[in-house]
Amino acid sequence: MVGTPGAILIGFYNPGSVAEEGAPEQQMESIGLSEVARISSLARLGMTPAELETLAVQLEVIVSAVGQLSRADISTVPATAQVGELRNVTRADVVEKGLGAEEALGNAGVKAAGFLRVPAIQ
Amino acid sequence: MTRLEAPILELHQQLVDREFSAVELAREALERTGELDPALGSFLRLTPDRALEAAAAADRLLQADPLGAPALCGIPVAYKDVICTQGVETTAASRILSGFVPPYSATVVDRLEELGVVPLGKLNCDEFAMGSSNENSAYQATRNPWDLGRVAGGSSGGSAVAVAARLACATLGSDTGGSIRLPASFTGVVGVKPTYGRVSRYGLIAFASSLDQIGPLAKTVTDAALILTAVAGQDRRDSTSLPAPVDDYLAHLDQGVKGLRLGVPREYLEVGLDTGVRQVFEGSVRMLEEMGAQIEEISLPTTEYALAAYYVIAPAEASSNLARMDGVRFGPGLGSATTLREAYEHSRHEGFGAEVRRRITLGTYALSSGYYDAYYLRAQKVRTLVARDFDRAFAQVDAILAPTAPTAAFRLGERTADPMAMYATDVLTLPANLAGISGVSVPAGFAAGLPVGLQVLGPYLGEVTCLRVARSVEVGAGIWNQLPPVGGGGE
Amino acid sequence: MSIAGGPAWEAVIGLEVHAQLLTKSKMFCSCRADYLGLPPNSNTCPVCLGLPGALPVANEEGIRLTLRTALALNCEIPEFTKFDRKNYFYPDLPKGYQISQYDLPLSRNGWLEFEVDQRPVRAGITRVHLEEDTGTLHHAGEIQSSTFSLVDLNRAGVPLMEIVGEPDLRTSAEARAYLVALRQLLVYIGVNDGNMEEGSLRCDANVSLRARGSQELGVKVEVKNMNSFRSVSRALDHELGRQAEILEQGGLITQETRGWSELEQQTVSQRTKEAAQEYRYFPEPDLPPLTVSREQVESVRAGLPELPTARRERFVAQFGLALDQARLLTARPRDSEYFEAVVAAGITPQLAANWQLGDLQGLCNAANITVDECRVGPLNLARLLEMVEGHQVTAKVAKEVLGQAFETGASPAELVRSQGLGQLSDVGDISVLVDQVLERNGKAAQDYQGGNDRALGALVGAVMGLSQGRANPEIVNQLLRARLPRPGG
Repeated sequence: MVGTPGAILIGFYNPGSVAEEGAPEQQMESIGLSEVARISSLARLGMTPAELETLAVQLEVIVSAVGQLSRADISTVPATAQVGELRNVTRADVVEKGLGAEEALGNAGVKAAGFLRVPAIQ
Repeated sequence: MTRLEAPILELHQQLVDREFSAVELAREALERTGELDPALGSFLRLTPDRALEAAAAADRLLQADPLGAPALCGIPVAYKDVICTQGVETTAASRILSGFVPPYSATVVDRLEELGVVPLGKLNCDEFAMGSSNENSAYQATRNPWDLGRVAGGSSGGSAVAVAARLACATLGSDTGGSIRLPASFTGVVGVKPTYGRVSRYGLIAFASSLDQIGPLAKTVTDAALILTAVAGQDRRDSTSLPAPVDDYLAHLDQGVKGLRLGVPREYLEVGLDTGVRQVFEGSVRMLEEMGAQIEEISLPTTEYALAAYYVIAPAEASSNLARMDGVRFGPGLGSATTLREAYEHSRHEGFGAEVRRRITLGTYALSSGYYDAYYLRAQKVRTLVARDFDRAFAQVDAILAPTAPTAAFRLGERTADPMAMYATDVLTLPANLAGISGVSVPAGFAAGLPVGLQVLGPYLGEVTCLRVARSVEVGAGIWNQLPPVGGGGE
Repeated sequence: MSIAGGPAWEAVIGLEVHAQLLTKSKMFCSCRADYLGLPPNSNTCPVCLGLPGALPVANEEGIRLTLRTALALNCEIPEFTKFDRKNYFYPDLPKGYQISQYDLPLSRNGWLEFEVDQRPVRAGITRVHLEEDTGTLHHAGEIQSSTFSLVDLNRAGVPLMEIVGEPDLRTSAEARAYLVALRQLLVYIGVNDGNMEEGSLRCDANVSLRARGSQELGVKVEVKNMNSFRSVSRALDHELGRQAEILEQGGLITQETRGWSELEQQTVSQRTKEAAQEYRYFPEPDLPPLTVSREQVESVRAGLPELPTARRERFVAQFGLALDQARLLTARPRDSEYFEAVVAAGITPQLAANWQLGDLQGLCNAANITVDECRVGPLNLARLLEMVEGHQVTAKVAKEVLGQAFETGASPAELVRSQGLGQLSDVGDISVLVDQVLERNGKAAQDYQGGNDRALGALVGAVMGLSQGRANPEIVNQLLRARLPRPGG
């Protein structure tokens, strides 16, 4: 069967090819373990060291693959943050009824006297 | 044999003619689900009380005003569990939303329920819609009714299977990189990804805000068009929803393809298609040509970068969208953490599965200072190129034909060890999300007994054309009413 | 005391002001913007709670008020602007990101003119942009030592304008004056209520020192938690002193955030064990960008009310007032409106100014209210002053009547009439009083005739007293002089 994952990926990523030409701008770095740990901490993911190691390996592959992007010629191209040409979508300054406090906190785990309760900031 | 095999308009007529009641139909759907779904795992939870209540109300309306009752009145439907339903647990197939009961419903739910649909329950999917096989649900697997050892496709696997097995007449899924079209192709049903902004995202638990769209899955193109008509249209609660008036999706369905110019992108055929898939695709193209369409080869040269761009943009937006999942206002709670950081980390570590954590990390990385230009910004520029490729193509052709996926449904567990292999499943569907254009997957044939879909891509707000071409494929292929083995079909 | 950093050092101060906008609803949802005093978490909806699936919709009034502010601050308004997400984790930030503006804000490059000790100063405004406010956190005790925090999201999503000033301020006095002028401007144009105590107007400062004459910037410290003009002055003075001392001893300034402690009267480091925040800004995908046409800009500019400086200058030119009176009268827009209403009712501007700034303000200060809040409306004050101008009451009587009207809200004319307090002008009646006074005050009479001018004042006073202040003082004066001729006049 031709459509096995390996065959599909030829042309889409090939770990060997990416490292060849350095793009005029930033060379895609490989994403090391300490960086993965830092990023994961930024995102409050609480990963264990073992998980971080596995993730680092996986991300290395993925980041290499997306490093493909450095080969595209985007020198004169604007970024598209949103498709479509919508502009100036606003609403009138009118108050409407929202949820009551009970509904608002209906799903919250820990409450105290109508507030949400969280552990100390440190 | 089940009443649910009939297309919606036929069911509607039967309800109007009082051949059976909506309550009976609802009961049949619930019973059938109870019987077949344990093997399939498409539903995360059923809402029988709501279903029967809605069915009873539908019966009252059908009785009082049979000619005025909407076509969808009394029709059993179900929603992917990333769509908020007021008073009904909505989890996005994640543990971090276990027990989350939204105090409001998504706009699409309100619109459908206003027309009298019978909501059967919430459907399984990949966690936070991240996945191509529905193997990332935190709760259960969803299996393909054509072969229980194979995936249903993702992320809207439950939505596709419920339709394929005729448990519901139609379902809502969401499509960010192919999550409606892909499972539709794998399970032999119709799936529609509307133009970005055509359907409101209010109440859709966001994965990638600039790519997500809610869309219908159904057994026929007409059924899908009926659902699309009901949910499409501007919503003042979604600033990205389009003000353009909603087209009449039914009016041109049977117009055929005579005189239409249909493009086949050279790059899409170079991806390494499974032989069976290629045969079905080429057969469908020939069939459309015989029906009077003009087939042209086109080129979408940026296709080679689309996957990379998608796997930067989608995780980046997701990493931000999922930051609100902190266990404070909802979720399984903060455990015994004594510091805030610990609390967040505990919730999110326990609450998020490996794929979600992987994508959040990737996305956070892509947005970090030092990497933003090289990844996120660059990906958004490539996105412009992808969109321009389509613009150029649609100046030449009316619609684009492609396989929906390089293969038919693969085996459970086959790609779970290699994230990139899994990501590559979306290679033919995700460019449409990047460009925001409309796309439909329609059953076109079988490869080794497994369904193969044909993808029709249309220009921005080009659903009418997509649906029309899809309908021709449906007519020509003549397989829409074939049932899977789990669901009543013969082997 | 204003510290300029001593002879060797030059202070470089830039203020960052956050001002809640006076809209009716929040910036991205329809909950009330006016959240004070409501039960916790009762002013919320799925959007400002950051519930899964909720989406923001921009409040057009928030945009308009920000444009108005930007124009009042002489800023440039670009044709294209957008919102961005600022990503970080904090319990008062339910979405885990704040919708703000990063690289393409609503406005840039303006200035604010103000006075420091009557010296005109112009400070640059880097930008004015629009964002949403966070919820509020309550800690038991000091933030560093409490074990838990309580979160109230009533305030989350209220429209917030961030006004970033260039580091053009060189003394804490300049910083204070800048803040006073900025607050006045915001109140004048109706975008903010100027309330620092309740937190609708907040100020942070970036403070650094550099060697005098140097063009380079020193290491800057961010100072937060200054809740009043006074704490701004004190905090800056303290911080500048702290930095100067370190530099004098050859040390280095650590770049950090420090909070002003009212209790300890010093800035305290707020460094936590957390690594530096990384906000990962990217364009907000849920909100289409905004285009601002030149017509729109001109329309907002045309709709700008008279600004404080212009009004002050007009009061001098149009009403002939002294600059410091004009300054006082225009400090608050409502005070100036009150004054103009009195003048419009026909009162001489100088008289109106004297009375509003003198007796009326005095009464208001004692009662801790503002002139426009008190029971004496401008028309009633005008009526009273009419009677003064027309000599129907003496100034002394008028003061008393004012006091009564202030307490009761009764019309001064009524009060005068009902108590028969009209001025006594009949020469005959006054003569009778003069006779009585002279009879009892023979010594004073002799002293006056002997050349002591002050004795006359005592006699006038005595006649005024006998008449309960109602006698026309000029006539009293004339009659006494006539009765007590002096050789040589």
